Amino acid sequence: MSLSDKELKEIAYLARINIDKKDFPALKAELDQILNLFDKLNSADTDEVEAMSHPLNLSQPTRKDEVTESDQRSKLQASAPLVQSGLFLVPKVIEGEN
Amino acid sequence: MELHELTLKEQLEGLKNLNFSSVELTDHYLKRIKAIDPDINSYITVTEELALSQAKEADTRYNNNNPLDLDGIPLAHKDIFCTENILTTCGSKMLSDFIAPYSSTVVSKFIEKGTVMLGKTNMDEFAMGSSNETSYFGPVKNPWNKEYVPGGSSGGSAACVAARLAPAATATDTGGSIRQPAALCGLTGIKPTYGRVSRYGMIAFASSLDQGGVLTRSAEDAAILMNTMSGYDPKDSTSLNVDVPDFTQEIDKPISGIKIGLPIEFFDQEMPDFVRKATNEAIDVFKELGAEIKEISFPNIDLSLPVYYVLAPAECSANLSRYDGVRYGYRCEAPKDIEDLYMRTREEGFGSEVKRRILIGTYALSAGFYDAYYLKAQKCRRLIANDFQEAFNSVDVILSPTTPGTSFKAGEKTNDPIEMYLQDIFTIPANLAGLPGISFPCGSHKDLPLGLQLVGNSLQEGKLLMAAHHFQKTTNWHKKMPKV
Repeated sequence: MSLSDKELKEIAYLARINIDKKDFPALKAELDQILNLFDKLNSADTDEVEAMSHPLNLSQPTRKDEVTESDQRSKLQASAPLVQSGLFLVPKVIEGEN
Repeated sequence: MELHELTLKEQLEGLKNLNFSSVELTDHYLKRIKAIDPDINSYITVTEELALSQAKEADTRYNNNNPLDLDGIPLAHKDIFCTENILTTCGSKMLSDFIAPYSSTVVSKFIEKGTVMLGKTNMDEFAMGSSNETSYFGPVKNPWNKEYVPGGSSGGSAACVAARLAPAATATDTGGSIRQPAALCGLTGIKPTYGRVSRYGMIAFASSLDQGGVLTRSAEDAAILMNTMSGYDPKDSTSLNVDVPDFTQEIDKPISGIKIGLPIEFFDQEMPDFVRKATNEAIDVFKELGAEIKEISFPNIDLSLPVYYVLAPAECSANLSRYDGVRYGYRCEAPKDIEDLYMRTREEGFGSEVKRRILIGTYALSAGFYDAYYLKAQKCRRLIANDFQEAFNSVDVILSPTTPGTSFKAGEKTNDPIEMYLQDIFTIPANLAGLPGISFPCGSHKDLPLGLQLVGNSLQEGKLLMAAHHFQKTTNWHKKMPKV
């Protein structure tokens, strides 16, 4: 198993992590090493085995759809990088004139 | 005897008898931290002012004769637990300025019982690492030998307790992050059953594996703290709504007749002779205590590492998608558009091990690979859980070394991820099956400690603490203290 440059670029974009082109070879080598570790999974016969998605085989409980928390917007936004009038500021996302 | 030499239990008795005050005890630790920690780097934040004010309040309650259960006991908290109005970094540049707006249930419970917060401990970034070398706040050194690592990811918690810079510390364990540093620093560390301790406010790494616990100097101390931190929390949907026994009573139950299983396949793994020797000597101690030793089979141990390194990164890639540079945490300078903001914030805010795991997880969950990796790993996870259930039909606890060796030198394994991952070969299976595990000191080699692991059936923490407590009543390994 070895990753191509194209695959690495795609994964990095899916994960929204910019990766410098010059780091590709070293990173690919490390990731290949980890992916090769996964080959061992193929040796296990799991045809009759049910996937285990929760360590205690429990399902998630639900609670009543009631408001339990008070509004703490300013406190919660205190750690935001850029806020104005209670709104998170980001670069313009809508294409348009100017 | 100096105050830091007392165990947590002895400190609690001393406070109750008014032999010393919480302010004296707290001040003693704060001075020690100032003198010693610059060489160890176990704390990211020391909350001196808060600690002294909490200590004063505890002393008032003692003087008024109405103390709380753990009144005046200083504790350090792993910097993965959110602490209201206090810096909470998770060892990452991404959260290097993050002031938590609320406290985790674990920390809240300890505060309600009167404990004093000395500070927040260093850790591998987002709990990803086994040597505490991936922290944005610099590596932590092992107090037994400063050229060596303390283990990880709870390396700061382990180093600070080993160096007697706190009597105990909270920690978390996703694949061994409590038990491995406990072993490498000569401490007792317990990872409770998944769901026993609330994960509310504990920064998520791999949600089906993460569990909070403690690092202490004895099983007795761990039992005291487990009484406070365990229990149902409606704020954590994976929290178990079951009764919590009084662990301080559980530890005194008789050990005679306990059935201890030795998984043959664990002992087939590569490990140096001194690990086998120390483990065999520990087995002899248990035999003398009246335990019945039995060989058991654990055929799927070789699947543990690959299963873990599919599932943990997959869950981490989802959990860490929240760090987007918008709502909290680090943001890159002058982003030219929203894509650039995400891409560069995450490039600059995460360290290399975290990025490696996010990329692996993203790959394992991507279209076309989901069945081959993620689903296959979940099926193999059940095979491992089945191995445990089969074993618990005939034994009470499962014994093995905690790690395949003693601590290693800083930098020795940083360029070889797989070599680093092998540190957790014996600890990962318990996380995959959601079972409780404990590590405690059972020997040493070249003045570096060695740990013994016991894994129990679901909710059997009491049995683990009991076995460790009886072991510690007849051995002295846990009493050894590094010269710092």
